[in-house]
Amino acid sequence: MTLLAGRPRVAVAVFPGTWSERDFLHVAEAVLGWDARLVWHAEPELGPADAVVLPGGFAHGDHLRTGAIARFSPVMRAVESFAAAGGPVIGSCNGFQILTEAGLLPGALMRNDHLEFRCDWQWLRVERPEHAPAWLSTLTDGQTIRLPISHGEGRYVADAATLDALEAEGRIVLRYADEAGTVDDAANPNGSERGIAGIVNRGGNVLGLMPHPERAAEDDVGGIDGLWLFRSLERWLQEQPAAAERRL
Amino acid sequence: MAEVHVALRPGIADPEGQTIASGLRSLGYESVSGVRTGKLMRIDFEADDPVAAEATVADMCRRLLANPVMETASWELRAAEEMPANGAVTG
Repeated sequence: MTLLAGRPRVAVAVFPGTWSERDFLHVAEAVLGWDARLVWHAEPELGPADAVVLPGGFAHGDHLRTGAIARFSPVMRAVESFAAAGGPVIGSCNGFQILTEAGLLPGALMRNDHLEFRCDWQWLRVERPEHAPAWLSTLTDGQTIRLPISHGEGRYVADAATLDALEAEGRIVLRYADEAGTVDDAANPNGSERGIAGIVNRGGNVLGLMPHPERAAEDDVGGIDGLWLFRSLERWLQEQPAAAERRL
Repeated sequence: MAEVHVALRPGIADPEGQTIASGLRSLGYESVSGVRTGKLMRIDFEADDPVAAEATVADMCRRLLANPVMETASWELRAAEEMPANGAVTG
């Protein structure tokens, strides 16, 4: 039995102040025909899931630091176990911030260098998609995609040693760029170190990114490049015998 | 009571501090060469003795109050009776 016989099951974590969970739910159910479910942050279990989404918003009001309180929510223990077992996890915007606070990804997200909240369409250059196969396998190295960004605290920071290690290990998989794929200060919307828009963990299954793929999945909203990530997940799940077993 | 100061690590850009410095210079304080922002937290709690209090605050900082990626924490401990009656600094 393969996944082709079933639909991907996605658990979407919801914290007090999360605001993108309904967009993910809409895309998963109405656009992709997946089986999606919201999981309240106080739940200690995810339930049956092939992938986990940590959506954008302002979990727990982003008090103290973005994601700092959310990482202690009971559902995060389940997300950590799911990730440790190799399960695909995506954290977008606030979800990325939570993943860094939880230590599932290195670095931190800080106030944009210009201090403005930035809500715009943004070109991104894809790099080493094979290092994040669950989320980027349908993309090619150097390809540019256009996704919305919507954040006030998206400036990726880490110490030089961490940044060098991310570069050396090919774990910087999305950078802010222009349409031609040029990464420079002009294309950087928030002052992120080295133009970093998205990174992946060593296992290749946990992706954090500031942009919003769920806001670019239908022509009506101005773009469908977010579908690259969701189609990648579908393809990756189909290729996983272990995942197919879990669905029996 | 603990007064915890959370500061950005040296080298971490502080756009808020830069904006404040620029504001001060525009008011005529031309000698201002830099401002670094941070957080001040006053935490009321109970501990058996100063050693235990110290250990508790260190644990609070490590687990929640500061993110070691970009911040450092320092603190001062004070017994409650040393506090002003209204708990506030006036003036």
